[in-house]
Amino acid sequence: MCTVCGCGEGEVRIEGAEKRVNGHHHPHEHHPHDHHGHDHGHHGHDHHDHHHGEGQGVHSGQDLHFGQGPARAHAPGMSQARMVAIETDILAKNDGYARINRQRFAEAGILALNLVSSPGSGKTTLLCKTIALLGSRWPLGVIEGDQQTANDAMRIRETGAPAIQINTGKGCHLDAHMVGHAIDHLKPEPFSVLFIENVGNLVCPAAFDLGEAAKVAVLSVTEGEDKPLKYPDMFAAAELVLLNKVDLAPHCDVDLDAYERNARRVNPSVEILRVSARTGEGMEAWLGWLDARRGEALTRAREAAERRLAAISEAQVGRIPA
Amino acid sequence: MHEISLCEGILQIVEDAAKRDAFSAVRRVRLEIGRFSGVEVGALRFGFDVVMKGSLAEGAALEIIEVPGEAYCFDCGESVVIGERFDPCPRCGGARLSPTGGTEMRIRDLEVI
Repeated sequence: MCTVCGCGEGEVRIEGAEKRVNGHHHPHEHHPHDHHGHDHGHHGHDHHDHHHGEGQGVHSGQDLHFGQGPARAHAPGMSQARMVAIETDILAKNDGYARINRQRFAEAGILALNLVSSPGSGKTTLLCKTIALLGSRWPLGVIEGDQQTANDAMRIRETGAPAIQINTGKGCHLDAHMVGHAIDHLKPEPFSVLFIENVGNLVCPAAFDLGEAAKVAVLSVTEGEDKPLKYPDMFAAAELVLLNKVDLAPHCDVDLDAYERNARRVNPSVEILRVSARTGEGMEAWLGWLDARRGEALTRAREAAERRLAAISEAQVGRIPA
Repeated sequence: MHEISLCEGILQIVEDAAKRDAFSAVRRVRLEIGRFSGVEVGALRFGFDVVMKGSLAEGAALEIIEVPGEAYCFDCGESVVIGERFDPCPRCGGARLSPTGGTEMRIRDLEVI
């Protein structure tokens, strides 16, 4: 999967990585095809210089065979010999990388969260405050996604938490492949909480699974109550909405209930917490949510370990008695 | 959204299929795009022509099958067809709907030579 909006190829940088990571996963090789001696699935005949015309069956001995083209079907109006069934999601490549990331997180008992929002919603400040409140209670890690600068990773590192910056160049979202590279470099500790701060953008990051346990949408009260309706995909994809900067609500003439109503209109099951990273209001509930989700990740890791132990015990049954 | 990026994904899948199924050119690409997939069909068509240029799918026709949006209504307990994620239920007027179909972004098949 291309990582960018079509315009930024070769510009992805991961802090600490020797070279730019994009490009090598773009094997757009335009391979020459050798059509001689190919087995097209029709009785192993050699089809040298055999061109299948439109709507024409495959000639084999005395017979004409339909339904033996690559699609194994014959659709009227389309030459079956020229139909290839694909049935693949366009984002299949990204989803494959996301599965690998998710597997890595599960094995290490890591809770990975994908923080999404528009630019300026206060994601980084919220993260800094969260890290400060957690202190050394849990191991933490942060992956910062931005088009340019390592400012956010530096801000996170000032709190003492390990962080790595991904610059997407002209790209508008993080994808699972970039995150896989970032994990290689960051090496998050087992049983840690890994925050992945996505590029500030309420559109594209919604579609890209990074392997996270949940998407957390940060929405600040200065953005307007109708944001969930204007950008429904993002709020539909999120499991939790943090309504941030609630301390500014009296100055912004906004209706906090309307924010919640609109978020639930696009996502009836979404959880919503009102917080202010600046004053600390509501942060306890957010930490409680994190604790519960981390507990689930740990339980899954424990269950996997127990299954492994049980398998070892079972294998030991087969030992030859002394 | 990122329609050009999606077209890059399409090209990659087409190139993989070309290796597997041994074809040298693509005449037609059929996609299924769901109502709730977040894909802007007009932008996708524009991006398709640009991205396929110089590839084995240059000049290929793009056929898009638009899949309607389906949702489950928590109020009346029925599956209904809606146009937007936040549309009210056409049966009972309820506002609590959860999309169940129409999120697909898939390549269905190719016509190749």
